[in-house]
Amino acid sequence: MKAKHQRLILAVVALVALVAAGLLAASALKDEAAYFYTPNDVKTKGVEPGKAIRLGGMVVKGSLKKAQDGVTIHFDVTDGKATVPASFKGITPDLFREGSGVVAEGAFERNGTFQATNLLAKHDERYMPRELQGMQYDEKTHKMKAEQ
Amino acid sequence: MIAEAGLAALWLAASLALLQLALAAIGLAGGKSELLGAVRPVAVAQGVLTAIAFALLITLFLRSDMSVLLVATNSHSMKPWLYKFAGTWGNHEGSMLLWVTVMGVAGAAVALFERALRRETHMATLGGQAAISLGFYAFLLFASNPFARIDPPPADGQGLNPLLQDPGLAFHPPTLYLGYVGLSVAFSFAVGALLTRQVDAAFARAMRPWVLGAWILLTLGITAGSYWAYYELGWGGWWFWDPVENASLMPWLAATALLHSVTVLATRDALRAWTVMLAVIAFSMSMVGTFLVRSGILTSVHAFAVDPQRGTFILALLGIYIGGALALFGWRVGAVREGAPFELVSRETMLVVNNLLLSVILGLVLIGTLYPLMTEAFGHKVSVGAPYFDRIAGPIALTLMIVMILGPLTRWRRDRMREVTRRIAVPLAVGTIVLVSLAILAWGTIGILPFLGLVIALAVAVGSVAPLWKRNLRRTPLFTWGMVIAHLGCAVSLAGMACDSAFTVEKLVAARPGDVVETAGWTLRFKQILPVAGDNWTALQADMEASRGGGEPVLMHPQSRFFASPPTTTTEAALLTRWNGQLYVVLGQEADAGRWQLRIWWKPFVTLIWFGGFLIALGGAMALIGRERRGWLLKWRARKAEEAFA
Repeated sequence: MKAKHQRLILAVVALVALVAAGLLAASALKDEAAYFYTPNDVKTKGVEPGKAIRLGGMVVKGSLKKAQDGVTIHFDVTDGKATVPASFKGITPDLFREGSGVVAEGAFERNGTFQATNLLAKHDERYMPRELQGMQYDEKTHKMKAEQ
Repeated sequence: MIAEAGLAALWLAASLALLQLALAAIGLAGGKSELLGAVRPVAVAQGVLTAIAFALLITLFLRSDMSVLLVATNSHSMKPWLYKFAGTWGNHEGSMLLWVTVMGVAGAAVALFERALRRETHMATLGGQAAISLGFYAFLLFASNPFARIDPPPADGQGLNPLLQDPGLAFHPPTLYLGYVGLSVAFSFAVGALLTRQVDAAFARAMRPWVLGAWILLTLGITAGSYWAYYELGWGGWWFWDPVENASLMPWLAATALLHSVTVLATRDALRAWTVMLAVIAFSMSMVGTFLVRSGILTSVHAFAVDPQRGTFILALLGIYIGGALALFGWRVGAVREGAPFELVSRETMLVVNNLLLSVILGLVLIGTLYPLMTEAFGHKVSVGAPYFDRIAGPIALTLMIVMILGPLTRWRRDRMREVTRRIAVPLAVGTIVLVSLAILAWGTIGILPFLGLVIALAVAVGSVAPLWKRNLRRTPLFTWGMVIAHLGCAVSLAGMACDSAFTVEKLVAARPGDVVETAGWTLRFKQILPVAGDNWTALQADMEASRGGGEPVLMHPQSRFFASPPTTTTEAALLTRWNGQLYVVLGQEADAGRWQLRIWWKPFVTLIWFGGFLIALGGAMALIGRERRGWLLKWRARKAEEAFA
């Protein structure tokens, strides 16, 4: 085989691989671009039960309840516009608390409760998930407000 | 005084780097070859000065000199000495100084020990190395001076993030940095070879040890980082698809591709332009990684230094170096002559496919990592997470494993399809038998990806030792052994990952002291909860006794630690390692009066993941030693022959 042909074949193979990879990325991104939801997104766009997503918002003060088994907790997540109930079975990260930001990974159940499989751990107090930047919990009104 | 001396050493080193660049440029372009003679000593002096600057910074940390801003903000006089030492690079300025130091020392090593390169290419390489260093010197001296003073000095420092106070993490960043910077040497080699138009097999043979070395260190760094995340964060996982993790994965993928293509160039003199291109890409990925970690531009749970201004600086450096190298590549690629031809069915083709697949994974990971950044420019906040990466990386990585079986069983230059089929018949038959029997055994109990993973792991294991079949094992070169071991390591890691996701048993309970918890054949007796204290922390510790099948009980001590400076709580998991898996116990919070949350995992064969990573690095080290030793042997024989004739 001539070198020219060979290079042509390799170029075609590379091109096909590139296109295939691009398509794969595009399709995966199309699904996963809608990966992060705030409670308001959930309310307006709707999320089908069972779809793996990240839910981000603030833990509503006074909503945190421990179940009898000692390892399950129930809490509400809000972004100021909407609130959704969530539950989590496991050991909560050290910085998980009421009135503080949370990003939960999991899926919705049929009854509308968000079943979290993982609460994203923060490495330090100052860290705020980028998706939640500009949000703050108002101690007095117990509502979300924009950061001044 | 020490801080001022350090700053002075840094300025001197920077000026020497400028001199080194000027000497090489004028010497090469102006044809003044007498100037070239000065390049090597200057490079060595520059390396020595950076090392002095770094040693002085370490001294400041060890002495807890709180009048230095960096020490005051990142250290504490009460900290154990190991973490004072490691704290030197556990921050932005220190890690940048470490970067420049490693570059300077590597440059000195290239100046002193490199013998295989032609003189002009050697000098152009040293000039290129100086040019890269200069950007980082400027970054340090103008934007992040590690020796800045603070007045008045505080009595005690702010301390180091407790998560970083772990022996694993003390040595993980320098290992990665050594790898990143090793790739900068490969980059300089490529630039040098392009400038002098000498891209050939000899150039590849000179570059290969550097690529191998960088790749070994990156492999070790990633393996150590993964194990650290697994045991220190208490979450039981080994990979998170976080931008910071991707930052080290991307250079590794590029380096793996480069490692294979440079071997083709060194042994068969093919893939010239592609290899040079990959060398440029590999270092670019190190820089992209540094940019991602240091700028805090992306969401990450562990982007420690968040400073947009510095991000801009690194972005500018990134633009200059990558843009410059790509422009040089475009300008000179015509001068890179075509290499040796090869047939379509040949090992070269297999390695080209390997390179393509690695590049595709690299591209997809890069897209996934940067996509949130791009959409945010248009006002959308998007996060790309594990589902995206799993979906793209899983299938391509499994395909790559199949190529990995075929590659070493194919001949260089030309081979016949029928011959190849005959050679892979044994692994194929074994694979099919195992597949069928496993499928019958495991039907419906494990997921499809873990199942495929196990099967392919087995096939790769068989396929990777197949090149040793019917060979005299004693006379097999160390380089071949290295390849076999590294490929076997991939199989071992893959098997560990598949076992972890298929067979892990998890139990979550709230237990009282005195309770007994049973899981996966293990009996855990929860004896008591006690307060304990360490050097700079206090903790609540659970005392547990683990036993299996009535065997001797082993004590386990999961802790919840509290650090006062900075105030942080960390989870210290207790691990019990057995040949067939790991028992992993995490102590949570007090659920209610007297009951404590406990999370217990039995993870069969999970340690294979990191053992495989270690094997991969070991294989690389064997290949490196093998090549170098052969070089020494040849030189020794040549000298003997000369003496005999004299």
